[in-house]
Amino acid sequence: MKQALKTGLIGGVVGILLSLIGMVEAFSQRDIIADVISMGHTLLVVVVLCMGYLAARKTRGGWPQVLTSSTITGLLLAGMLALLVLTGDFVNLRKIFINASPQLYSLLTFGLGKAPGSKLLFALGGVFGLLAGIFYLSPEILRRVLLLSLGSVVGAGVLQDLLRPTFSLWGPLSIINEWLFTGNGLTTPGALGLFSLTAVSYLFWSSKGNAVQAGYQQLPHASRRVIKMASILILVFVLLILPQVLGLFLSEVLTIVGLYVLLGLGLNIVVGYAGLLDLGYVAFFAIGSYTVAVLTSPELGFFSLTFWQALPFVIIFGVFAGVLLGTPVLKMRGDYLAIATLGFGEIIRILVLSDFLRPWLGGAQGIGKIPKVALGSFEFGGPQQIYYLILAGCILVIVISLKLKDSRLGRAWMAIREDEDVAQAMGINLVSTKLMAFATGAAFSALSGAIFATKLGSVYPHSFNVMISINIVCVIIVGGMGSIPGVIVGAAALVGLPELLREFAEYRLFVYGAALVAMMLLRPEGLWPEALHRREFHEEEEKEAKPGSSLRVSSG
Amino acid sequence: MTEEERVRISMFKRWMQRITHTDVIMWLIGGAILLGIIWGSVATLRAGIYTVHHWFDFTIFGLAQGSIYALIAMGYTMVYGILRMINFAHSEVFMCGPYTAYFVAAAFYSTGFLDQYPIVSLLMIFFVSMATSTGVALLLERIAYRPLRTAPRLIPLITAIGASFFIQYTVRGLYGSGFQAYPSVSILEGEWIFGGFRILKFQAVVILSAAMLMAALYSFVQRTRLGKAIRAVSEDKDASALMGIDIDKMIVTTFVIGGMSAGAAGVLYALMFKQVHFFMGFIPGLKAFTAAVLGGIGNIPGAMLGGIFLGLMESVGPSLFLDGLGIVAPYQLKDAIAFTMLVLILIFRPTGILGERLAVKKA
Repeated sequence: MKQALKTGLIGGVVGILLSLIGMVEAFSQRDIIADVISMGHTLLVVVVLCMGYLAARKTRGGWPQVLTSSTITGLLLAGMLALLVLTGDFVNLRKIFINASPQLYSLLTFGLGKAPGSKLLFALGGVFGLLAGIFYLSPEILRRVLLLSLGSVVGAGVLQDLLRPTFSLWGPLSIINEWLFTGNGLTTPGALGLFSLTAVSYLFWSSKGNAVQAGYQQLPHASRRVIKMASILILVFVLLILPQVLGLFLSEVLTIVGLYVLLGLGLNIVVGYAGLLDLGYVAFFAIGSYTVAVLTSPELGFFSLTFWQALPFVIIFGVFAGVLLGTPVLKMRGDYLAIATLGFGEIIRILVLSDFLRPWLGGAQGIGKIPKVALGSFEFGGPQQIYYLILAGCILVIVISLKLKDSRLGRAWMAIREDEDVAQAMGINLVSTKLMAFATGAAFSALSGAIFATKLGSVYPHSFNVMISINIVCVIIVGGMGSIPGVIVGAAALVGLPELLREFAEYRLFVYGAALVAMMLLRPEGLWPEALHRREFHEEEEKEAKPGSSLRVSSG
Repeated sequence: MTEEERVRISMFKRWMQRITHTDVIMWLIGGAILLGIIWGSVATLRAGIYTVHHWFDFTIFGLAQGSIYALIAMGYTMVYGILRMINFAHSEVFMCGPYTAYFVAAAFYSTGFLDQYPIVSLLMIFFVSMATSTGVALLLERIAYRPLRTAPRLIPLITAIGASFFIQYTVRGLYGSGFQAYPSVSILEGEWIFGGFRILKFQAVVILSAAMLMAALYSFVQRTRLGKAIRAVSEDKDASALMGIDIDKMIVTTFVIGGMSAGAAGVLYALMFKQVHFFMGFIPGLKAFTAAVLGGIGNIPGAMLGGIFLGLMESVGPSLFLDGLGIVAPYQLKDAIAFTMLVLILIFRPTGILGERLAVKKA
């Protein structure tokens, strides 16, 4: 009972917050299912369902108690929203909260006017709270099916602007397109169809999946290898045709993700392997970009090399900068290292921005007219072509990373990460090992910067601020420290998704922040961690789980 | 050769052996920067572009700026001392207070209350700002940091970054994305003249009130039982728990103190620069964190010293060091000077001005 009230209150605060920052109103312009439910209402329903579920989970006792507590939570949540509407009637909240508009109130009351609308809101809160309780009590297979199917419908609704153009690129798929989407949102039969399709395919997979996996395990070694090779070939083929399939916008997103993968893999060596927290990593990205710009752009007119002629210089400068900026911080540890590197990143940006170096680096206007990369007669012009350049870079860097990881140097890095003093006592030369980490990371970053410069065709100092460094650190940690697939997943999640949801630009970083916090609280080891790290994080759970497996069920 | 000489020679030899190549390179880099600074200062002073009055103005501005940094840095350094984490969201704690208090200030201004009772209004504005910042700091601790006390170091850092984005964009959604002009308080306008030296009133007020707050906070931490308990917890959590200190309570108190000083610093900042914005916390936060590291993170007097040093370097540095070297528009490079100072100090004292050498576990 107390739990239900508490959860309901928290939920009410969340609901009011979402309403007052304008998210509900902004999202209401878009329908998930045309003329049935808008995104704004979906958002509130999701909040009610989550809170009801949480309340149900915390309640002890049989099903009557669970259902009561989830219903109370829903009622309380909706009641607080209704209270917001009624308060807005008396006080002009708009003087402080710019989004407390009449449109918001009419949305919350379903356009029915204050009194009847609030009653409906209250009642719906209770209904959805009850549904959340029922959901909690239903068997696991049903829960999974419902979650996945509803998720796919909502996902399709949210991403409709991306899915529609992609589908319409392909002749036969446009039928699906017409069946599934209207001008604004999914069609009702389309949504129902998608729902049942996901449900059926999930049920099918969950009954057959294990058998398929077992069958694969039983195959002889040779044929397993064939399957492995074949899947790698398919992966390569998919990667190669991806930009043609996805169209211009998605290819652009892919190239941005690719650049972050390159950056992330470089920083992964410094932070993930060697454990040196570098918050000024963007400096090397800037050095790569500016090296290409100065060497190739005719605008300044010092040199007019091609990209390929400039590339060795990029790498050399990157390594040189890594060693140069790495030397002063060799003796610093932990946060002193972090803040000193952050200082370096800022110093580089401010120097580039200043009028003092303007004759050489272009100042605030940057450097333009950087020529596109050409290989023979093939020009890497648009995002669909540059993609291949980035893909090649990524593959190169991944191979180097993998080789380094199991080399003597890689093991030395990991030893330093675990304990510097012990590593030194074991005869590892701290100076050269650390400098190698800085230099390798810097070289990867410079390479990424070089591609970035030719992709944009111009470089500006404002592209190289602290936020980029911080973002890359987030990519690594969210992906899973030290893990190469983790970097790719992390970049896709933290860079790709926000790019895809560009239309919700105002709330992108709001959601990004909330997701980062939630992610660190619920899954601190990252999305795709190294096996070693995963164990570190769940050491205690494993110990707990050993005596009796029922322990985890009750605590989770 | 006497015994004494032999000992001295062998000591020198041992000292020579301990020096590595990197030490030499670092000293060379540090020496080169120092030489540049001295060269530039001498050249500027000899050229005589600036009068004594200019330097005085720069210093006062630097002190005002620096004392704001110092107040914010207190929050960083105390949280670091007790939790060993960079509270990246502290800059947002700093931003929330004055932005919320802006609505109070604007209401006072439009009703004329502000001009009638300026002291009362200012106290109210301070109170609202400090209360809001403290509230945000407490929520932050409860929701984002408490579950992560035992997590590896980088995890709370990322949480703090996420929380920072979240708070920024919540405030943006609630209050809007524009700049809000803080109403000017008439008793803070104008200037005082002391023996030919001009001090702007608001700068003097900023410096004085920051100094008072810092003195109060410092004596709280040094003198009271609660302050002693906080220091004990940051020294050794387990031992202080065994001594009967409620660790959760001490951590919460630390966040309260940090939030209060950030809220006060926020109002001072708003009075000085006359505007608030949802992104206003980022740069001062970064500077304050730099100041905390500069002074030796975890060390409260160090944070004050670091903040004031950084403020002075930023306002005096560009003209003093760079003008004489013939660099165009030196003021653009003030942040570069601040960070160069940071790196320079960390090269010679890797643990900050007042920081003790941290054991591996602490660092």
